[in-house]
Amino acid sequence: MDHPDRIAVSRRGFLGMAAGGMALAGTGAPARAQKIPTSARIVIVGAGAAGTAMARRLADRLDGATITIVDARKHHFYQPGFTLIAAGLKPANYSVSTTAEWLPKGVEWIEEAAAEIDPEANRIVTAGGKTVAYDFLILATGLKLDWDAVEGFDMNLVGTNGIGAVYAGPEQAAATWGAMDRFTDEGGKAVFFRPATEMKCAGAPLKYTFLTDDYARRKGSRGRVEIHYHAHAGTLFSVPIVNEKVRMLFDNRGVKTQYNHVIKAIDPGKKILTFTTPEGDIETDYDFTNVIPPMVAPDVLRNSPLPWQGGPWVDEGWAEVNPETLRHVRYPNVFAVGDCAGVSKGKTAASVKWQVPVAEDHLIADIEGKLSPETYNGYTSCPMITRVGRAMLIEFDYNNNLVESFPGVIAPLEELWISWLMKEVALKATYNAMLRGKA
Amino acid sequence: MKELTFETLIAVFEEMYGRWLFWTLVLVAAIITLAFIFVLIRDRSIEGRYLARAELTAPIGAIAAILFVQYITSSGFADIGGAIDVVVVLTIGIAGAGGLTFLAYVAQAFMRRPKEDRY
Repeated sequence: MDHPDRIAVSRRGFLGMAAGGMALAGTGAPARAQKIPTSARIVIVGAGAAGTAMARRLADRLDGATITIVDARKHHFYQPGFTLIAAGLKPANYSVSTTAEWLPKGVEWIEEAAAEIDPEANRIVTAGGKTVAYDFLILATGLKLDWDAVEGFDMNLVGTNGIGAVYAGPEQAAATWGAMDRFTDEGGKAVFFRPATEMKCAGAPLKYTFLTDDYARRKGSRGRVEIHYHAHAGTLFSVPIVNEKVRMLFDNRGVKTQYNHVIKAIDPGKKILTFTTPEGDIETDYDFTNVIPPMVAPDVLRNSPLPWQGGPWVDEGWAEVNPETLRHVRYPNVFAVGDCAGVSKGKTAASVKWQVPVAEDHLIADIEGKLSPETYNGYTSCPMITRVGRAMLIEFDYNNNLVESFPGVIAPLEELWISWLMKEVALKATYNAMLRGKA
Repeated sequence: MKELTFETLIAVFEEMYGRWLFWTLVLVAAIITLAFIFVLIRDRSIEGRYLARAELTAPIGAIAAILFVQYITSSGFADIGGAIDVVVVLTIGIAGAGGLTFLAYVAQAFMRRPKEDRY
């Protein structure tokens, strides 16, 4: 499918688009022709951001297709809002809606988890034992937060004993705010970290470090607050130019950084965290922390033949897809979008926004017997909050290039109010528009 | 950002305010604009006294608009971090000033019959 000429043309088109900025960006929109008649059976596993956006777009473009979405979750979480909830700026329900309200008409929703995927037989089996056959499969399972991999962690303790867990959900994010609010009143030692696996929104652990620093300053308690950040590798952020900027900001804010520290265990009673380091395990005490566990593909994907069979992700279970087309490398009628896709960038909602139209176009091209020129370049976006009221609008691709949406207007490595406004006001609206297939 | 088309922008604004509120705001803005054009045609000129009084409300509109945006986004003047932020503040201020000036002018023009004020 990856006709090299087609891909080269598309790349040039993209570069032109990035350079030309907003005015030209509109030309990248695919023309909406009349609906394509088909009797294809399309199964989407997962009704999160990627699955829902895909269902909507396919329903808009296809006529006669049987589109089935499989997900047991009744609630839909706007996950980019968790940081704002954990900063005391939004209530827990800011991120909560229902799965049903986003699903388009004409899409059948099976309210069960997928239990088994058999790409040889082109079928999936639900937790309730229902077998659903497909012609095309979209993996949009999201990922699994592997809380059990942090020894001693107890979800019931979030919000107490100085334990936060922003990623765990809206209620836990709100409980984390309670703990952070108390901590920045009383003072003490905060220890932040991230897991060594691939993770969604790798900027979030850094944002929460910045926010804790900011609240301590606002409350006048910064002198009593010690902040440590334990990076899992030799850098704070995978994009070198961003890493340097964050390093400078951490220096400026007095955040003490340790490298090559991977979280292993927490002892809530003694308030001790254990990290694995090249020199062996080390223990450190804490008064406040934000536990972020290793992240892996959900079991239904890991237990299927679809994950990477070798390489660095063999233990994490991400779907082995072509990074440019998101098509599975061994099962061409399978695509993966969102967090479960085994690509080196892009476990964010912003990536979903760019991935879904690409996978959608390749699927539809298959139906039409054509080639799709669409490619995904690894785009992801991270509005890196550096304090309440300011953020850096960081966007980058597979090659660690900065990919600016507003070149010459919004500088990616500057702490700006406009970037904060986008995070606060425009991001959720854009996300919702994406779920409706309109962005 | 991909596919930043006019349709996308409308969709984003609909989500931001809610579909009904957004289109109500658009409608209100359109009505005020039409009302302004109406009094302009009716009076065949811009009434200097209305305009002078209306312009007095401009700073109030500007400051109110800026403070409102800061309030809903939990931020303040201290968060201005670069040139583009100054541009954004000024744009919000100009929008607030212009909006309230229009409204004040139109309100005065409707409250008084045009002939009472002339000569």
